[in-house]
Amino acid sequence: MARLTYLDAGRVALAEEMRRDPTVWALGEDLGRGGVFGQYRGLTEEFGPDRICDAPISEACILGAAVGAAMMGTRPVVEMRFSDFALCAVDELVNQAAKARYMFGGQSRVPVVVREPVGMWRSSAAQHSQSLEAWYVHIPGLVVVCPSTPADNKGLLKSAVRCDDPVVYMEHKSLWPLEGEVPDDPDFMVPLGQARIVREGRDVTIVSWSQQVNIAAEAAAKLADAGISAELIDLRTLWPWDKPAVLASVRKTRRLIVTHEAVSVAGFGAEVAATVAERLHGDLRAPVRRLGAPRIPVSYAPTLEDEVRVTADGIAATAREMVGPG
Amino acid sequence: MVEDARSNSDVERLRRHHRLMWRIRAFEEQALRGLDEKVVLGAIHPSIGQEAVAAGVCANLACEDILLSTHRGHGHTLAKGAEPLAMMRELLGREDGNCGGKGGSMHIADFSVGMLGANGVVAANIVIAAGAAHAVKLRQEARVVCCIFGDGAINRGPFLEGLNWAAVFRLPVLFVCEDNAFAATTRTAAMTGGEGPIVRARAFGIPGVEVDGNDVLAVESAVAELLGALRTGDGPRFLCARTYRLTGHTGADPATYRPKAEVEARWKEDPIARVAAHLRLAGVPETELAADAETGQAEMRRAYQQAVATPYPRAAHAYADVQDVGDPRAEAY
Ligand SMILES: Cc1ncc(C[n+]2csc(CCOP(=O)(O)OP(=O)(O)O)c2C)c(N)n1
Ligand SMILES: [Mg+2]
Repeated sequence: MARLTYLDAGRVALAEEMRRDPTVWALGEDLGRGGVFGQYRGLTEEFGPDRICDAPISEACILGAAVGAAMMGTRPVVEMRFSDFALCAVDELVNQAAKARYMFGGQSRVPVVVREPVGMWRSSAAQHSQSLEAWYVHIPGLVVVCPSTPADNKGLLKSAVRCDDPVVYMEHKSLWPLEGEVPDDPDFMVPLGQARIVREGRDVTIVSWSQQVNIAAEAAAKLADAGISAELIDLRTLWPWDKPAVLASVRKTRRLIVTHEAVSVAGFGAEVAATVAERLHGDLRAPVRRLGAPRIPVSYAPTLEDEVRVTADGIAATAREMVGPG
Repeated sequence: MVEDARSNSDVERLRRHHRLMWRIRAFEEQALRGLDEKVVLGAIHPSIGQEAVAAGVCANLACEDILLSTHRGHGHTLAKGAEPLAMMRELLGREDGNCGGKGGSMHIADFSVGMLGANGVVAANIVIAAGAAHAVKLRQEARVVCCIFGDGAINRGPFLEGLNWAAVFRLPVLFVCEDNAFAATTRTAAMTGGEGPIVRARAFGIPGVEVDGNDVLAVESAVAELLGALRTGDGPRFLCARTYRLTGHTGADPATYRPKAEVEARWKEDPIARVAAHLRLAGVPETELAADAETGQAEMRRAYQQAVATPYPRAAHAYADVQDVGDPRAEAY
């Protein structure tokens, strides 16, 4: 075990995979100087500028080139800088990367990892703060990963690099400095599609992912103080998502809150809520609750920005309502 | 056209082009009949009148060289060496089509001959080609990548991004703008600022030439020269091949947006007729020229009949080849 930040865990994961497999390479803007957040620091020194490839500000070409290079037998890791800018490469991701294998009848695979830093980061406003994970879960062919801890950022990134499908890998910007214990083992992997039970509980299940898991954990701690036992599940990957883990938990607690930083309307929480309602309707002791952002863009001023945040107090209050005075 | 096509090797070369161009023409004419019979299912974009570009470009490509094409890609794909039967099956949405019936005309790919796909999105192949060439360079392979796109594609962003990328990384990619004067129903010139493809390529520092795209030997030799430079590692090259789309944009388009007289005049520049004229001058008898056409037509008729007799894929096949992780068939996701 080593104590690493979320950021360094990702950096170590990529370095290990690049040492293991010479076909892995990374491309993106400013990578030669470590990337905008420093996620690539030191990698050019070890792997050289061909494998840590500086790119022009050409998001469509960065992603499109990765598709072509993946079809030719390499494993590109694409850095999109902010998930907001990845919108300049939606054709390349949605129409090309996600569809090539299927559309060509299985003749090719597109093993690319598309790193898209997501989420609110103080006063970054509407074009540098979005959480658009649900968009990509909607696209057949893509895998969607949203790590919330340093260990997961290592283990999931390694799994993403080894995966033959295109993976949208969403790191949360406010998690970069978060420290945690991370296994040193170069073969430490976190499987795609396996949720993590962050905390066991009896009264209510809280499902979340990415940075929102930490807020939900705070809520669960507050609830414990108030005598309510919450089970917290970190989905880790949204496609595939660990339905069995969620259904098993809700069968036990018979109450579900799903919370995410993204806009609530048509967010991935809706999919989780609908699935639980379809399977467990008669077992539920309270209606399923979704807690996400209102359908407004993220603002700059703290007072406005905070309006879209789902807080630990908000989650705890919802759980208390659901569990009731009983 | 070369002045003297009377040397044996020139005649041989022209004859090969003549046969291939007839095969392409016959494939598409057969596909259009299939469309009339409602057996070809989706939109098809014929390249009738543009066969010299496909033949002249691909004559310079080895099997291991890579080709990326467009929605108007039947000719390019045949010229790269794909089997017409598999292609016809694909157009009919049948089992054992190149893509198992999942792609249709606009998504034909044949990786076994280095054909990395037609594309339903205009200009999208340009950035993919840049990446394929990037991988070739990273892996220090000897092959080259060729990307064919239409004159309409030069107005999309990926054209700018892809050309710049190829220039920055000095990639072994040949860009071929197949300029047939139209983008769907629009005259491309009316929607294009500046002086067009070659000037734009030069602005990125990519040397390029323009050729008469209905002159197969001119295309072939221009590409030979450009690929010569490419194969020495001198970075990307650009070809603009001027041609004309003799049919509608799709099989269903009567192309009433252009005067009949214009099209009739362009038929006089039919690239197949031009090759035939040279072969005639070189003494190839009329019967042999006719035989080239008939052989191509018979081959494509057979392919069509066999394709018609091939079953549609089983419905369960719809779930195959989506992805490994989170496979839609798996219960446990
Ligand atoms: C991004 C995109 N926009 C629009 C279309 C619809 N479309 C299909 S072909 C075509 C015209 C393309 O013209 P050009 O690039 O010159 O190729 P050509 O059809 O002449 O071979 C258009 C507009 C598309 N397929 N993709
Ligand atoms: Mg055109």
